[in-house]
Amino acid sequence: MRNPAIAHQEKLVEVQQLKKYFPVKGGILRRQIGHVKAVDDVSFHIYKGETLGIVGESGSGKSTLGRVMLRLLEPTEGNVIFEGQNISTLTQRELRPVRRSMQIVFQDPFASLNSKMSVGELIEEPLIVQTNLSKRKRKEQAAALLEKVGLQADDRHKYPHEFSGGQRQRISIARALVLNPAFVICDEPVSALDVSIQAQVLNLMKDLQDDYRLTYLFISHDLSVVKHISDRVAVMYLGKIAEIAPKHALYTNPHHPYTKKLLSSIPTIHTNSDKNTVPKQPVMHQDIPNPANPPSGCVFRTRCPLAHDRCSIEQPTYTEIGPDHYVACHLYDKGGDTSHTS
Amino acid sequence: MKQKTILDVKQLQTYFYLEADRVAKAVDDITFSIHPGETVALVGESGSGKSMAALSIMQLIRKPGRIKQGSIRLEGKELLQLTNRQMAQIRGKDIAMIFQEPMTALNPVYTIGNQIGEILRKHQGLNRQQAKQEAINLLQTVGIPRATEIIHEHPHQLSGGMRQRVMIAMAIACKPKLLIADEPTTALDVTIQAQILDLLMQLKEQFHMSLLLITHDLGVVSEYADRVIVMYGGQMVEEAAVKELLQNPKHPYTDGLLASLPNMEEHAERLGTIRGTVPPAYAYPAGCRFSTRCPAVMDICHVKAPSLKQLTPEHQVRCHLYANGGDLS
Repeated sequence: MRNPAIAHQEKLVEVQQLKKYFPVKGGILRRQIGHVKAVDDVSFHIYKGETLGIVGESGSGKSTLGRVMLRLLEPTEGNVIFEGQNISTLTQRELRPVRRSMQIVFQDPFASLNSKMSVGELIEEPLIVQTNLSKRKRKEQAAALLEKVGLQADDRHKYPHEFSGGQRQRISIARALVLNPAFVICDEPVSALDVSIQAQVLNLMKDLQDDYRLTYLFISHDLSVVKHISDRVAVMYLGKIAEIAPKHALYTNPHHPYTKKLLSSIPTIHTNSDKNTVPKQPVMHQDIPNPANPPSGCVFRTRCPLAHDRCSIEQPTYTEIGPDHYVACHLYDKGGDTSHTS
Repeated sequence: MKQKTILDVKQLQTYFYLEADRVAKAVDDITFSIHPGETVALVGESGSGKSMAALSIMQLIRKPGRIKQGSIRLEGKELLQLTNRQMAQIRGKDIAMIFQEPMTALNPVYTIGNQIGEILRKHQGLNRQQAKQEAINLLQTVGIPRATEIIHEHPHQLSGGMRQRVMIAMAIACKPKLLIADEPTTALDVTIQAQILDLLMQLKEQFHMSLLLITHDLGVVSEYADRVIVMYGGQMVEEAAVKELLQNPKHPYTDGLLASLPNMEEHAERLGTIRGTVPPAYAYPAGCRFSTRCPAVMDICHVKAPSLKQLTPEHQVRCHLYANGGDLS
């Protein structure tokens, strides 16, 4: 952890019992016949200055979570407290000043930048919307920021198609930072990039975090990237957080059967094999269930090697098994039954 | 004594003739072979030419691309001299290929049974009933539950992992000698990726196939391949046994690639990077193609293109740093 004091710092964001259900329509009349619980009763907090990583497979609800937190999607239920203010009850008008402090960087830098706008215009646009800065001031800021993200001030006259994927992601980052936000949600920001470029962008994001004291929510399917950049990590599965813990605890001492499976599924490079890593487990044989029709009780039970009767009846609640380490699994909620931990 | 090979690729060049007289050297002089039962990985970033190398072997290069020269031998038989019709007999039968995105590789309007059956009827002369039965057997071999129902379903009704299993079932339908897997798990989640790669390894043993695995993921290479070829700018820059390459990378590019990966086993505050970006295939720098990004670049690198040097019988590298390690040119 970069900052050992983080654990005692204030919370910047608090998410309380957040839910986002999407209607599923069917039949001739397109009536609602059910819903997909994309985010289902998720609670967590993010400390000021830290990076919270969210990992999960496709359909786990991690991207929806990010969008609901920014109210790019309206939550079905629950609260998001940002800097002490409940932003889920604000009107769009009231929300506007808050939006300055919360930004998002998307996965695909080819789709998220308007190809008809020059880089300068792209970066200045948030300033036009949110501030009264003069044209000259805006240009200065855009130029300064371009240099900050590793491009050249002159690049502001160019258009997105003139840049490579990594450079475009730098532009997206500059655009997100121009309003000097406190909190940035990064939704798979490096997934579309080659590894050598991915490393450049990850390093840049770390530098910017230090320089601007940013707080990140870093959403990714890539466990090694999340490990690299995060202070704490939450593992999502079918709309729920299965386990959340400080990075080191999660990767060296995972408790939830899903976290264990996930970690053992990553192909890793073995140069020195006697390291303390999670032992290999047999691969999971089932697919992820349809999120419109999740299993009863614990959502992971259909793929869980340790599922027992209780798992199909009762939803697990969080058990604290270490400092800041919570797991939602029936194996741990009976008060110290550790016979299954390995 | 020479070891028996399944596939021998020699000095293969695939160029794309673009407008304005630009020539993209997608594959530029690659030479390698694959032994029976071996898994060889082709690694590289986007634009390195790894997929084009695979498509060249299958002779699926489309205009404006063309195989300019070289030799591709399957068990000694030269494939580049075959007619289209003869090559069609080889594809799917002796060499099969699976692709990254199974949704685009499968035909959406035909049932799964239809698509697998087509191969069996064409290459093995089975009748409809036999083909259906064999399709069910194949689906069961690749671990698809409810195979008797799945053959009547269409690709969109299956999940990504299941579709890739169907692709694999089609690929092994004629028990090919060589299976080319082009990023077979890149579009899949990690837990599904592990299933599919384990399945490929198991089938490789079962049907005595060789595997050419094309991937950008060195983690996958580490766990599944025997030998690895690193590609950059259409060329092979390094080739070695997997363990040797990962422990003892010689080429600065391989080294940079390894350093830029977030390591699961130990923590680094910052990742190693390779400066700049991959140059386009029609505008490689003069001399060594990696020279513009190389941290160990020397004067000679801008002038003279390095050739592949054999460092040990199992390890070769294309870099001027090793010019004294047995210069044959």
